[in-house]
Amino acid sequence: MAKMNLYSRGDKAFVILNMVLIGMFTISALYPFIYIASLSMSSGFEARAGNVLLTPVGFTLEAYSRVLSEPMFWISYKNTFIYTIGGTLMSLAFIIPGAYALSRPQLYGRRFWNLMVAFTMWFHAGMIPFFLNMRDLNLLDSYFGIIIGFAVSGFNIILLRNFFEGIPQSFEEAARMDGANEFQVLWKVYMPLSKPAIATVALFCIVSRWNGFFWAMILLQDEGKIPLQVYLRHVIMELSDDEEFASTLINAAYSFETVSAAIIVCSIIPILLIYPFLQKYFNKGILLGGVKE
Amino acid sequence: MSMQEDHTGGSTEKLVAEAKEALRYRHPSRIQKVGDHMRREWQLYLLLAPTIIWLLVFLYTPMYGLQIAFKDYSIFRGVANSPWIGLEHFHTLFGSDQFIRALKNTIYISLLSLAFGFPVPILLALMFNEVLNQTFKKTAQTIVYLPHFISSVIIAGIVITAFSPSAGIVNTILEWFGVDPIYFLTKAEWFRPIFVGTTIWQEAGFQSIVYLAAIAGVSPTLYESAVVDGASRWQMMWKITVPSIMPTIIIMLIIRIGNMLEVSFEMIILLYQPATYSTADVVNTFIYRQGLQGGQYDLAAAAGLFNAVVAFVLVMTANTVSKRYSRTSLW
Repeated sequence: MAKMNLYSRGDKAFVILNMVLIGMFTISALYPFIYIASLSMSSGFEARAGNVLLTPVGFTLEAYSRVLSEPMFWISYKNTFIYTIGGTLMSLAFIIPGAYALSRPQLYGRRFWNLMVAFTMWFHAGMIPFFLNMRDLNLLDSYFGIIIGFAVSGFNIILLRNFFEGIPQSFEEAARMDGANEFQVLWKVYMPLSKPAIATVALFCIVSRWNGFFWAMILLQDEGKIPLQVYLRHVIMELSDDEEFASTLINAAYSFETVSAAIIVCSIIPILLIYPFLQKYFNKGILLGGVKE
Repeated sequence: MSMQEDHTGGSTEKLVAEAKEALRYRHPSRIQKVGDHMRREWQLYLLLAPTIIWLLVFLYTPMYGLQIAFKDYSIFRGVANSPWIGLEHFHTLFGSDQFIRALKNTIYISLLSLAFGFPVPILLALMFNEVLNQTFKKTAQTIVYLPHFISSVIIAGIVITAFSPSAGIVNTILEWFGVDPIYFLTKAEWFRPIFVGTTIWQEAGFQSIVYLAAIAGVSPTLYESAVVDGASRWQMMWKITVPSIMPTIIIMLIIRIGNMLEVSFEMIILLYQPATYSTADVVNTFIYRQGLQGGQYDLAAAAGLFNAVVAFVLVMTANTVSKRYSRTSLW
């Protein structure tokens, strides 16, 4: 990057214009979140009238108390935690050993195994055969089905495999001399050296689990098992037509809009909490696995 | 290799071992070799096995199940025992206005996303590179990456709220200019701009990371000599930065073309409604409605197979082109 000590007048104008444009883009990225947050804390009447623009109007937390008093909110929140934690651990339990084995030069048929992983990134059977397969495996409507059914992704395996391949052989020699077997070499040498890559993969898993809704919506019929995103979709897409909910709106300090906004805020908070960690690792992750297979 | 306990002295032991090795490897058959190798390295295969089994059970079995695209599938008969009917489903698909419409919409939305969505992250990266104040740059980056990590349900929720006719901010602003409220999400002509705009808004920041990394790799000496020659920042951006990251731009373009059919249909499912099907329905949403909602598994699987094959051909072609053009390929 160029370090500028000398500016011409044109350069100054350019730099300032650039700052303004970046600023505008940044505000456009941030504004919707501020808008939703303000909406969630405004009175239902003001929200309905479209008076909320930047800050809360007619400040009230009624929408939150409505959301938090809903049992389904807590059930789906709990389920999302189960799917996120269970799913991430399950993914790592498959991906770490798999990627390690695929990175070993002495693995017989290594090209074939690698191709078998990579092929799933270029070609997939599509949603119908996948769904029918899950049904045949009796994994509909089950926690375990969601957790195991999406455990492995070719992208994550290849990302981690590339990282393992980049670790010089010399690191494991001492352990080999001491008679360490493959499990010990992986556990004591490779895993400690790969913490950033493993953290990257784990964070990818956490985000995709937390945000995943499509397959949960398809595979889970039992309301008691649905994750937050599916519940959220129900609230946002269908609540406006729900007569029972509409009947509670009369004389209430909340409205359909403020309740939707409040629930959106509640579901974003955990992502915001891990966002600093995400930021630390995703740059690395995208470059590790992004362009090169 | 098993080391045997032997007390007859170093050299004899060595000779015996060598002789054994020689005997064993004189004419080792392939099977013997593999067997030996497996005995020595079984741990490695134990580590690999779960992943391979998972792939077979969850991704390769559905590929076997794809045969229902050529069958009259019934749940009771199952995949293997349903009767073959050849290409009938494909005839039905290509004779169906709905499928043709979905195909056209897929291509149209992909092209729109490509034309408008592809340049934005590049421009963003170039602009970030010109920001000298590091605090400003860091803060701005942190914010523009954020939408990528937010779920499509929430993004759709924000869009629905913002574009709502009664309370939405967009209509509030239009009202200032005397425009009557528009119920955007029920208007077919508004679906594509809203959808494409939303995906650009969500992904452009994050996609700029790849280009920023490429820019970081440009040699500083190029800029230093340009400064000596009195080049302006504008000139350096177009004469040094852009040509230097051209290979990255081309690779990303090829990847993008390869993934053309992968329209983010989850977002479409959340945003579309019968009133906007005419512009919003893509192949994947068609499959979702016909198959998962309508239970026409075989017909939907045929549409899925068509989609997957076209996507596969696109990726392969993209890779070949990339190999020839930039000597950099995806694999």
